[in-house]
Amino acid sequence: MMQQTETPSPALGAVPSAKSSTFGMSVSKVLLRLRAFIALFLIFGFFAIINDSFLSSSNLIILTKQVAINAILGIGMTYVILAGGIDLSVGSIVGLAGMIAGALINEGLILELFGITVYFNVMIVILLTLVVGMLIGLVNGIIITRFNVAPFIATLGMLYVARGLALLSNSGATYPNLIGSPALGNTGFPELGAGTFLELPYSIWIMLVLTIIAIFLSQKTPFGRQVYAIGGNERAAQLSGVRVKRVKTLTYVISGFCAAMVGLIISSQLVSAHPATGDTFELNAIAAVVLGGTSLAGGRGTILGTLIGAFVIGVLRNGMVLEGLSSFWQIVITGVVIILAVIIDQLQARLQQRDV
Amino acid sequence: MSQPGKVLLHAEKVTKVYPGTVALDAVDFNIYEGKVNVLIGENGAGKSTLMKILAGVEEATSGRLILQGKEIAPRSPREAAALGIGIIYQELNLFPNLNVAENIFMAHEYTLGGVVVDHRSQENRARDLLAQLEQPINPRTLVADLRIGQQQIVEIAKAMALDARILIMDEPTSALSTTEVEVLFRVIRELKAQGVSIVYISHKLEELMQIGDYVTVLRDGELVAEAPMHTVNLSWIVANMVGRDANRQYEPQAHEIGEILLSVRNLTLPRPSGSGFVLEDISFDLHTGEILGFYGLMGSGRTEVFECLMGLLPYTAGTITLDGKVTRSPHIRERIEQGLMLIPEDRQREGLVQTMSVHNNMIIASLQRYLAGMMLSRNKERNAVESYIKELSIKVSNPDNLISSLSGGNQQKVVVGKALLTAPRVLLMDEPTRGIDVGAKQEIFDIVVQLAQQGLGIIFVSTELKEVMAIADRVIVMSKGRITREFTRAEATEQALVEASAIGHGVTQTPETIGA
Repeated sequence: MMQQTETPSPALGAVPSAKSSTFGMSVSKVLLRLRAFIALFLIFGFFAIINDSFLSSSNLIILTKQVAINAILGIGMTYVILAGGIDLSVGSIVGLAGMIAGALINEGLILELFGITVYFNVMIVILLTLVVGMLIGLVNGIIITRFNVAPFIATLGMLYVARGLALLSNSGATYPNLIGSPALGNTGFPELGAGTFLELPYSIWIMLVLTIIAIFLSQKTPFGRQVYAIGGNERAAQLSGVRVKRVKTLTYVISGFCAAMVGLIISSQLVSAHPATGDTFELNAIAAVVLGGTSLAGGRGTILGTLIGAFVIGVLRNGMVLEGLSSFWQIVITGVVIILAVIIDQLQARLQQRDV
Repeated sequence: MSQPGKVLLHAEKVTKVYPGTVALDAVDFNIYEGKVNVLIGENGAGKSTLMKILAGVEEATSGRLILQGKEIAPRSPREAAALGIGIIYQELNLFPNLNVAENIFMAHEYTLGGVVVDHRSQENRARDLLAQLEQPINPRTLVADLRIGQQQIVEIAKAMALDARILIMDEPTSALSTTEVEVLFRVIRELKAQGVSIVYISHKLEELMQIGDYVTVLRDGELVAEAPMHTVNLSWIVANMVGRDANRQYEPQAHEIGEILLSVRNLTLPRPSGSGFVLEDISFDLHTGEILGFYGLMGSGRTEVFECLMGLLPYTAGTITLDGKVTRSPHIRERIEQGLMLIPEDRQREGLVQTMSVHNNMIIASLQRYLAGMMLSRNKERNAVESYIKELSIKVSNPDNLISSLSGGNQQKVVVGKALLTAPRVLLMDEPTRGIDVGAKQEIFDIVVQLAQQGLGIIFVSTELKEVMAIADRVIVMSKGRITREFTRAEATEQALVEASAIGHGVTQTPETIGA
C-alpha cells in the first residue's frame, strides 16, 4: 500500500508535466515562427467574413496585382537587408525605369552623331531598361563597398539622383500613350501590364517566377549562403574567403533589377510613364521585408517571409478599401501593424535566447 | 621597506563562478596602504576578474571585501568610486567623440548649480592632471585625435581625477612608449607618497620588478604566493606563475617533420602612420608536419604576421613562398585556395557567424566544393560536415542548431572544422585555446598533433607560455615586431622565452632584478 501510493506517484506526476511544458514551449515557438503566415491568415479570414466581395476572383486578382509590385521590390530589398545593407533608391529607380522605357518607345534613341533615331523592339526596350536598373544598383554597390559610404547615405543620394534624372528625362512631363507604332515595329508594350496567362496577369507570374528564383538563389547557391554570412558577421565572412565586396554589390544589382522590373510593369499597366511614379515605394518594400521577419541588422530572414509580408500589407489595404475606410486611416493602421510585427520579432528573439 | 605594511583592503576567500568555469577560487588578496601591489599571473589566471570585483563591475559569488575593517560590497563602479576605488581598464574605455576634459569628468562632472557643466573648471583641473603626467594635451582635444598612448594617459588622468585611495591599473603601459612609462612610474611614486595604494597588473615582468612593493601571484584562479617584492626575483615569479612543476604535462605524439613547406623572407610592414614598423624583417621556414610556436607579448606582431600571410595586411617588402611557389595575390580568397588558412584569434568576432547554424558555419569557407551543377548539394554538404563533426568529436545534437548553442570549446572546434574543410596545407592558429576549458584545450592539442602527423604545417600562436612549450617543435619569439630568438623544443625554457619576449621593451634589467 505504502509503496504503491508513495513511490510511483511523484514520478508519474513529474513526467507528464515536464512533457507538457516542453510541448507547450515548442508549440509557442512554432506559432512564433509562423507568425507572419498566421497574421496573414487571420487578416484574410477577417475580411473574407465581413465583406462579401473580398473573395471574388476579380478582387483577389486586383489584390495580388497590387501585392506583386511590393513583393518584387521586397525580393531585391531582402537580399540587400540580409547582407546588412539598405536600399532607399528603389522607388526612384521605379520612376526612372518607366521614363526610360517611355522615352525609348515614344522618342527612340537619338544618336546625334549619326543624325538618326533608333526605335527598338519592345523586348529590347524591356531588356535595356532592366540593364539600366542593374547598372544603378552596381553604382550603389560600388559607392558602398569601394568608397565605404554607409548604405543608408549612398542609396539616399541615389534616391535623389535617380528621381532627378527621371524628372529631367522629359522636363517633368509624362510620356503618354506608350502603344508604339506598327510602322516603327515597337508595339505591344501595354501587353506586359494587361496580358494574362492562365487568366492571371503577367505581373503575378513575374512575381511568382522571381520568388522561386530568389528562394533558389538564397538557399541553394554559394552566393545566397554568403549573403547570410556577411549579414551575420562580415569580418568572419571575409576571413572565410568570402568576396564580401562583390557579394554585397551583387545584392544592390539584384535590387536595381527588381526596381526596374516594377517600373516597367507600372508604366505598362498605365500605358504611360510618369516621373513621380514609385515615390516612397522603398518604404513599402522595407515594410514588407520587416513584416516577413527579416532582421534589419542582417543575417536573418527569408524571401518567403517577404512575400508573406507583402501580402499582409496588400490584404490589409484591399480589405480596408472594400470596407470604405478612409485612406488616412489605412496609413495609420499599416504603421501600427509594422510596429506590432517588430515588437513580436523582439519577443521571439528573447524567447530563443532564453531557450538556448 | 623592511617592516610589513598596513593592509588597507583585504579580500577574503573571494570566489567567482561563471557558467562552466571557476574564475576565482577562494582567493585572498591584500592591498597595502601607500604601496604598489603587483598582481601577476598568466592569461586566465583571474587577475582581471578579481579587479573587476574590487571595482564593482562584477559581484563575487562568495567571499568578503574588507576596507579598513569594514565589509564593503560595491555593486557598481559608481559605488566603488564613492569608496575611493578607481580603476584603469586594460581596454581603453574612452569616448572618442568627446574631448579630453569631458572624458575625464564623465559621470562626475563639475557643475554650476547641479545643472550646467562647468567646462572651465573641468578643463583647468584636466590641464593640471595632464601636466602632472607631463603630457601637455589640450583638454579640448577630441580623444579620437590622440595617439593610443596619449589615450592611455587620459585614462590614467581619469582615474586620478577621482582622488581614489586605491587605484587599480590593469596593464596601463601596454600602449605607452618608454619615456611615457617612465613618467607613469614617477607619477605612481608621487601618488604613493600621497598615500594612494596602487594595484598594478602587467605582463611585463621587468616593469613589475621595478615598480612593485608587494607581489601576489595567481594561477588558474587560485592564489599561489604573496611576498614583498625585494625578497623575490624573476625566476621566483616565473616559477610561481607557470607552476612549480615546470615539466611539460603534455607530451605530443611523434610526428615526422619533412621538407620546407612555407618560407617567409624579410617580411616588413610599416606602421600606418608612416613612422616605424609593425613588422620588421621577419624571416622563417615552416616544414611539413611541423608545429611551429610563436610567442610574444600583446602587440609584438604575432597576429600581424598571420594577417600578412593571409593577404589581409599590405606588407611592403618580403616574399612568402608556399610549396615552392611565391604567393603574390593580395586577396584572402586566393590564399585560402593556395592552401593557407587562418583560425582567428577572436572566435566570436572573427571566427563565427552567430546568426548561422553549426552546419553553415562549417561550410562557409569551402562552399565551392559542394556544388552539383549550379546548386549546392545538401548531401555533399552534410557528408562533409558530419565527417568533421565526428573526427573532431564536436558535441552537437543537430548540425542545424545555432552555433551559439555550443560551448566555447565546441565552437572553437567548429572553427577548426571550417578551416580543415578548405583542405589547407598550412594552418595558422591564433590563440586557438583562448577562453575554453582545460578538457577542450587538451582535445585541441590532440587535433593539432594529428594534423601534423597528416603532414600539415601548423603555426601556433599563444600568449600562454606553457601551451607554446607543450606543443611546439620549435618556438619563435617576437618582440616589438621583430623575431628576437628561435628555440628548438629542447632549448626552450620558460625563463628564456620570457626574456626573449622582453627584448627591446626599454625597461632595462638591473642586476638585482634578474640575479638569483
